[in-house]
Amino acid sequence: MGFFLETLFGGLMTGMLYSLVALGFVLIFKASGVFNFAQGAMVLFAALAMARFAEWIPQITGIESAVFGNVAGFVCAAIVMFILAWLIQKFVLQHLVNQEGTTLLMATLGITYFLEGLGQTIFGSDIYKIDVGMPKDPVMILESTFAGGILINKEDLIAALIAATLVAMLSVFFQKTSTGRALRAVADDHQAAQSIGIPLNRIWVIVWCVAGITALVAGIIWGSKLGVQFSLTSVALRALPVVILGGLTSVPGAIIGGLIIGVGEKLSEVYLGPFVGGGIEIWFAYVLALVFLLFRPQGLFGEKIIDRV
Amino acid sequence: MTTLKKIGEVILDVQNISLAFGGVKALTDISFDVREHEVRAIIGPNGAGKSSMLNCINGVYTPQQGTITFRGQTFGHMNSRQVAEMGVARTFQNLALFKGMSVLDNMMAGRNLHIKSNIFAQAFRNPFGIFGLGNAEREETQHREYVEHIIDFLEIQAYRKTPVAQLPYGLQKRVDLGRALSMQPSVLLLDEPMAGMNLEEKQDMCRFVLDVNDEFGTTIVLIEHDMGVVMDISDRVVVLDYGKKIGDGTPTEVRANQDVINAYLGTSH
Repeated sequence: MGFFLETLFGGLMTGMLYSLVALGFVLIFKASGVFNFAQGAMVLFAALAMARFAEWIPQITGIESAVFGNVAGFVCAAIVMFILAWLIQKFVLQHLVNQEGTTLLMATLGITYFLEGLGQTIFGSDIYKIDVGMPKDPVMILESTFAGGILINKEDLIAALIAATLVAMLSVFFQKTSTGRALRAVADDHQAAQSIGIPLNRIWVIVWCVAGITALVAGIIWGSKLGVQFSLTSVALRALPVVILGGLTSVPGAIIGGLIIGVGEKLSEVYLGPFVGGGIEIWFAYVLALVFLLFRPQGLFGEKIIDRV
Repeated sequence: MTTLKKIGEVILDVQNISLAFGGVKALTDISFDVREHEVRAIIGPNGAGKSSMLNCINGVYTPQQGTITFRGQTFGHMNSRQVAEMGVARTFQNLALFKGMSVLDNMMAGRNLHIKSNIFAQAFRNPFGIFGLGNAEREETQHREYVEHIIDFLEIQAYRKTPVAQLPYGLQKRVDLGRALSMQPSVLLLDEPMAGMNLEEKQDMCRFVLDVNDEFGTTIVLIEHDMGVVMDISDRVVVLDYGKKIGDGTPTEVRANQDVINAYLGTSH
């Protein structure tokens, strides 16, 4: 029982990390109807900016403090992401108002390659580390209930808490504010949104800023776990099944989807793995997503697709 | 009804508008005016340039030539946001609703320009009502009241919380009108409000259009195919054909106009 719970918790926390990246997808899709292929590249770009600025700024100013470095790094990285959002709007999206979703998707594909190149040109292509002082040592809990207790990774726990906070804030933003409503309106229909006086350009900058910040948070957490390197872009691929499972238009869906995939991966690896020779973890998420696509293409919490004939 | 209505000064004046897409001339040298509180119709066969005309006024298209004067201010081209701020609302020929949102949210989105409180006040307006009503809360309530008024007016009370995508077509058209009305517009542009409707729905829509005109005093510019409807409800009619203006006047005058008859019935060659 103790071991089962340990696997379960491990899965939940990994799931939370997937959710963080999935959130970026959901945000942009929900608010502009664009499936943002560049989310992975944005995570890498943000993480690179954070890692390098946290290194450069103490060097330039001569203040040798880890906290100062990290705070300054975060602020600078956030500013970089804001500028990026503005540039994307100015040079790409502004010219694609009222275009098909596919056109916009292709544009984000272009942005992906551009960002990957630009990020590594400016910030370098080595492996960098982000050290935000996350505790690396695991803790034992419930030792009195189970023999041997349950081992939990503190770092994962903190990451999960951060993700949860982020989700709560985003939900309030989308559901309770008029800007949130304007964002949803733009996602549904550009022309109609314009006709009621919603400034499309400003809304898009806001969305990409929010997505940029989400990418930054995801980048910092993943980066401090794995190191900041090019393979961070593939984290986005791991988040893809999460989005399919949870539904592209649902913030809570991104979280639940992430948790299901995280838990499913770990449990199947541990309990089914031995029968098929292991390695389930790598493909489990994709197969699950495939099954969902067959039976519930809108995902668990997505909007039902209704077509009138 | 038209005799009781007080038609005012010219509120919207379109002068010499020409619009071309590459070699296709959508509009050639079109001029007409719209007076306050009147119902002005733009009619014409398919492809005559009616929607293009509306899109020029609305700021979706930028005409190559001509000016649009609104309440004394003259513009070479309009910008969608600016137009909305000046109090011009519109509906769409092929429904352009926010499909994922409820009827209520669609109409609240129409209040967008009137909402003054900032995003933080809204996000942190107390969800439990413990600390009394904040500004953002009070404002939301006011807008909600206005929107409820329109919901009552359009008789869609029962569908408030329904996602619009689930409503039948006729009702969606009504929500589209409702969203435009939520903006408290002084001029309402209607792009084929009766298209695709059955007789009963058409009658309802006619009644709403006339009531809006009457009760709110809103000036209405509408494009319509259904001749019976147009001749019944409009005060003056502009007729377009192949991007040119071929007739302008009261329904009776237009009906007697030979060019108009030719355009609609064809001529013998």
